[in-house]
Amino acid sequence: MALESGLRDRLEGGLGAPICLTWELTYGCNLACAHCLSSSGRRDPRELTTSEARALIDEIAAMRVFYINIGGGEPMIRGDFFELVEYAIERRIGVKFSTNGTRLDARAAERLAALDYLDVQISLDGADEATNDRLRGPGSYAAARRAMENLATAGFGPFKVSVVVTRDNVGQLDAFAELAQGYGAELRLTRLRPSGRGADVWETLHPTREQSRELYRWLCEHPGTLTGDSFFHLSALGDPLEGLNLCGAGRVVCLVDPVGDVYACPFVIHERFRAGNVREGGLARAWRESPVFTDLRGAGSAGACVSCGSYDACRGGCLAAKFFTGLELDDPDPECVHGAGEVALALPRRRVRPTSEVDHSRRLPAVGR
Amino acid sequence: MPSTIDRRAAWRLSPEVSLRDEPFGALAYHHGTRRLVVVKSAALARLLERLGEYPSMEEALAEVPEAARERVVRALEDLAESGIVSGT
Repeated sequence: MALESGLRDRLEGGLGAPICLTWELTYGCNLACAHCLSSSGRRDPRELTTSEARALIDEIAAMRVFYINIGGGEPMIRGDFFELVEYAIERRIGVKFSTNGTRLDARAAERLAALDYLDVQISLDGADEATNDRLRGPGSYAAARRAMENLATAGFGPFKVSVVVTRDNVGQLDAFAELAQGYGAELRLTRLRPSGRGADVWETLHPTREQSRELYRWLCEHPGTLTGDSFFHLSALGDPLEGLNLCGAGRVVCLVDPVGDVYACPFVIHERFRAGNVREGGLARAWRESPVFTDLRGAGSAGACVSCGSYDACRGGCLAAKFFTGLELDDPDPECVHGAGEVALALPRRRVRPTSEVDHSRRLPAVGR
Repeated sequence: MPSTIDRRAAWRLSPEVSLRDEPFGALAYHHGTRRLVVVKSAALARLLERLGEYPSMEEALAEVPEAARERVVRALEDLAESGIVSGT
């Protein structure tokens, strides 16, 4: 999403509807990535039915949400995946969806290639098999590359190669860019967050401060790299990165999970940020009236960051990153480029790292199933 | 700088654009370019919606109060630049 400057101030107060809404279709997944944001694995028997899902698309269209990000779990394991994607596009909602690629065979690629206003993001977290499969499980690299081949062969056009930047793969950014370019694809980099199972690996896998500086420089040298506005905490290093440069939770984005619960953003599946359920009261009411979202739209307190000259650039960073590392919401981002987050994390106060009750992890990984 | 808008031509909101009212005016989203643009006033949003009904930009602009006209033209130039409005 490209964006003109000067918009941020208008957005902090919230909008009549989200600009983009993430909708996780299922908690079921045939992979078991170590850093899964939504702790996916098993399907939930309460997941929205096809007719409920279609009704939600109708409501999203009525709210004039411009586009939705479909994710999961692995969305393509739902039998009604294509039906729902096609229905959303018919209703003039742009669709982006994220997939691990395991179900994206030649036939699926052709069906996707026939649709307008559809973006496909294939997840890949290592430029080589060893790096990727360490995080995403054996066989996942080969499956993702096969999906990319299939899209390219079907003439899909510029799909996206979507990478979560970690301590292990931050040195491979050029290799990722080359890999994407080889398919005529775009590179999308996003931030590793301590959400879901990501909480278990965040400590050891989030980029070091020096790596974050490298990443910032790389992003500045490669304008047009898609980031989903992930790295705005790095804007404190100098010129602002492309994008909104603000926390969009409950302001410009929200999440609908597979059972219809509405959360402030895709990275905060936790009771504290739950605004309602699409089955009870609907999405529009949750967006417009929930106290959770209204609070997030307040001016917000700069807290410990108030005297920092960079606050205007980073706005204190990512809500989810703070919350799931046990920081207060007005604390600095745990990955603050000035090191204030590390200081806050080390403070000898009682810090509870909240865990989500929503966990669909399978007990054993089931790669390739 | 020469204007990117030919005032004698007919213009319209691109058929690929969705427009949504917001407290500050409106947001315009171009489904083709995935570009999101702010429309800074409700009056401009209404003009955009009706732009395609006028045989020329000149006639559309005639409805805009003179004091605001130059500002509106500049906004329309930006919107033409990003493909939100286009000549027909």
